Amino acid sequence: MKYIDEFRDHKVARALSLRIKEAANSAHPPREYHLMEFCGGHTYALFRYGLTDLLPANIKMVHGPGCPVCVLPIGRLDGAIELAKRPEVIFVTYGDVMRVPASDRQSLLKARAEGADIRMVYSCADALTIAQENPSKEVVFFAIGFETTTPATAVILQEAHRLALKNFSIYCNHVITPPAISSLLESPEVQNLGALRLDGFIGPAHVSAVIGSKPFEAFSNHYKRPVVISGFEPLDLLQAILMLVNQLNENRACVENQYTRVVTREGNIRAQQSVADAFELKPTFLWRGLGKLPYSGLKIQEKYSAFDAEIRFGLNVHEVPDPKACECASIVKGLKKPHECKLFGKVCTPDNPIGACMVSSEGACGAYYRFGPMSERRV
Amino acid sequence: MNNNPPSITLAHGNGGKLTHELISKVFLDAFDSPELRMKADSAVLPPLGPQDRLVFTTDSHVVTPLFFPGGDIGKLSVAGTLNDLAVMGARPLYLSVGFIIEEGFLVSDLKRVVSSMALAAKEGGVRIVTGDTKVVEKGAADGLFINTSGIGVLLEGSPNLRTKAPALEDTDAVILSGSLGDHGIAVYSKRKGIDFKTDLQSDCAQIFPLVQAALAVCPEIRIMRDPTRGGLATTLNEFVAGQAMGIELFENKIPLKKEVKGACELLGFDPLYLANEGKLVLVVPKAYANAVCEALQKCAIGREATVVGLVTKEVPGKVILRTSLGSRRILDMLTGEMLPRIC
Repeated sequence: MKYIDEFRDHKVARALSLRIKEAANSAHPPREYHLMEFCGGHTYALFRYGLTDLLPANIKMVHGPGCPVCVLPIGRLDGAIELAKRPEVIFVTYGDVMRVPASDRQSLLKARAEGADIRMVYSCADALTIAQENPSKEVVFFAIGFETTTPATAVILQEAHRLALKNFSIYCNHVITPPAISSLLESPEVQNLGALRLDGFIGPAHVSAVIGSKPFEAFSNHYKRPVVISGFEPLDLLQAILMLVNQLNENRACVENQYTRVVTREGNIRAQQSVADAFELKPTFLWRGLGKLPYSGLKIQEKYSAFDAEIRFGLNVHEVPDPKACECASIVKGLKKPHECKLFGKVCTPDNPIGACMVSSEGACGAYYRFGPMSERRV
Repeated sequence: MNNNPPSITLAHGNGGKLTHELISKVFLDAFDSPELRMKADSAVLPPLGPQDRLVFTTDSHVVTPLFFPGGDIGKLSVAGTLNDLAVMGARPLYLSVGFIIEEGFLVSDLKRVVSSMALAAKEGGVRIVTGDTKVVEKGAADGLFINTSGIGVLLEGSPNLRTKAPALEDTDAVILSGSLGDHGIAVYSKRKGIDFKTDLQSDCAQIFPLVQAALAVCPEIRIMRDPTRGGLATTLNEFVAGQAMGIELFENKIPLKKEVKGACELLGFDPLYLANEGKLVLVVPKAYANAVCEALQKCAIGREATVVGLVTKEVPGKVILRTSLGSRRILDMLTGEMLPRIC
């Protein structure tokens, strides 16, 4: 299949794997390479294709917080369930947030089983269609995700405005990538304690397609960490890892773009304009694991406030602490590996997730459980 | 005057006149068998040989949409139960059918379903000998549910005739009869809200000919199964659960249609977990692998039959996938519902 098979060629993979080994063994004195893939899509691909099995032992992949369902705090999810349970509401959502546990072991899946009208869609545009087909119902779209999904939400917001829909609103939970990376690099674990070593970053693919590679230049300059933006296919990732190792060996720290077939330095200007028209930055947004980060979450612009579900339904979102034994916070930050959590694979499984990281196949725990690398799986 | 096409009402299920009409006009017409014509409460079946070992199975069928490319719930409900008998190494003989119909269901749709059931039963050489119909209020069912039960007798050479269940042995071959995921994607492509255009057809088919072909050339089949819900990954995990052996599966040996591959890329599904309705997976001693593959390839639905994995003592109780890149990872059972990812 075009654009797929070429990027999964096993001969090239072997060759890249050998070159990575050579490069990683060429440093004097010998060293380790701690590389964070920020994006959940990369975490999934690393496990799905067993790529860690092709890397030398001194390259340690650290799984980052770029999984939208993993970083959504319980309070915001409780808000979603509260909206979904209103009798007049049809609640429209993407699939993998359905199973995420909220307070009192509730989830959207359970709310649906109890009678809430919750509908799963692939495209947020379907939410608009549902609103038009059900004029006597209130249709609420659960907007979630990083810069990848935000432009699509912006477009349906503009469209709802143009159509003057009276029964449509959006529960906005969009977050942006750069503050999350900064917060990791500014965290005491990285700065002082040395608990978390991050030598370089694999930059997100689809996020960068929208925002461009430019926003990452500030990191590499300020924090002296190389960033290589990578595609999602196995050869993309292997090449990006090689590029990172080479930069580190050469003491360079700049932004390089492996995913040139999609990502440009400037990004998708039209998408950026739509997002700017539809959303503004909130002063702070609470992330699961990372805490409150300034200017990291989006809210709907005032001119579209009629479509803001939080305003329309007077929703009060409360802050709810994570379950005590759950290590999601440390896992999201890359401080702990999934199997270092006491609950992993015993109490917390994809069928019965306690923490969000186990839910999505992009979450580190979900990926570990499903595709566990031969050497690291314990259950 | 009512111009609406005739549909099923609660009166069709109350045991009265309309019920009798429905039975004789729709079901008897299509299923016609001496047992059904008796119109008794149970079917009286002819005696079997003294050595015959009976096999009995049941399966309920719910599928959305009811009509999909390559089949419908009727064909599926017959093939599904016959396949459950076939993988035991049994020749299917008799079927029962039970319908739960939602009020308002079109009689013309019911006739379509029933005639594809009759056709499938004929193809499988089985008689439908007893049945039941219930009608439930609108909203209490999703159009039509069908339960079928089947009776068969074990064929000579069936692994289930041996006194001790055959265990998997190191280097045994895992053989798959054809491409994965055709049914899962064909049905999913027609779901409301997905609806993408594809020429892909469900693989819904009866696999008894495959079983017969394999038994004819291999007296030592270890185990056979049809990888339906949960897909090949789940079936293989069932094979090795609690066993001293594991299975290594080779990703690049698995036949996949390009439409299935494309849809999986798009929707974030893994074909190893998708449902199949006309495939056979079996484990045989290595020495028989070629003969079994060749025998399967002679059947119309087994042309792509090939060895996709090997039994190994290296990973007891586990299935591992040798990816097309050459790396290895665990291949687990399907957990939870397959949910599409956000981005």
